[in-house]
Amino acid sequence: MESTGIVVAFYVLSALTVLSALSVFLMRNLVHAIVFLVMSFIGMAGLFVTLSADFIAVAQILIYAGAISVLLVFAVMLTPLASRNNGNSLYAGPGVLLGAAIAAIVVFTAVDVEWNELTGAALEERAFIDTIGTIGDQLLGQHILAFEVASVLLLFALLGAIVLVTDPGAVDEEDEAAEDAAGVTAEDAV
Amino acid sequence: MTITLAHYLAVSGIVFGIGVAIALSKRNVVAVLMGVELMLNASNLAFLAFSRFSGAFQPGTEPLAGHTFVVFVLTVAAAEAAVALAMAVLIYRRRETVDLDRISVLRW
Repeated sequence: MESTGIVVAFYVLSALTVLSALSVFLMRNLVHAIVFLVMSFIGMAGLFVTLSADFIAVAQILIYAGAISVLLVFAVMLTPLASRNNGNSLYAGPGVLLGAAIAAIVVFTAVDVEWNELTGAALEERAFIDTIGTIGDQLLGQHILAFEVASVLLLFALLGAIVLVTDPGAVDEEDEAAEDAAGVTAEDAV
Repeated sequence: MTITLAHYLAVSGIVFGIGVAIALSKRNVVAVLMGVELMLNASNLAFLAFSRFSGAFQPGTEPLAGHTFVVFVLTVAAAEAAVALAMAVLIYRRRETVDLDRISVLRW
């Protein structure tokens, strides 16, 4: 991690990620905040690439920058009469203080602790060449139970989302309308 | 000048702090969810940094358990976002607002 390219890439991508995340907080329009959130996700995917996590970086762009941001935009679109304002709530002060405190604690710990980390040649030797094959082996080998549970979790999240947003009254009315239409056509046939 | 584990953990901590601040201080439900996503993302960065730098693994073995864990975090984040946004739409249908300062009763 000493070559100039990696150092420059790290600082540029870190600045992109952190400044975009700050902009999510500062933007006054909710849709602008979502755009900056996507930029932050993309910067984070770049950081993953510098950690030679190629598969995770691509999955990050697909799932976070692609799917979840579209989901957020849909949530904004489906609540048309609600405010587009990205304003702070009545209790913003303590929240910002707590966030700053957590960031300060983590940064201090990261800098202060003597990590058992690889450096120099040992680190270069560690560079992952093929992460996808190993991740696949682990998912379907050592972590097979967690993998199956995750699939059940996704199924139930899908069902739960559908059940939550289905309006029971609307379904009944549709059924009645369909029955009426069917009855009318049957009578016409008679 | 060299990049170490501490650099990545510092970025992760800063992004996590920003996520906490957004999740706790925004008025709109969708904005709160954006803060949660940022926090999950910061934890992913910490996982991958430890996976890359940690010296606790024997040389030759590939310490990719961190990567596998990140795959599960991505899964849970997607499920959580879908359910939370469905709840936001449901609250909007009943109350015509997604302003958390105005959704202050547990039962209606």
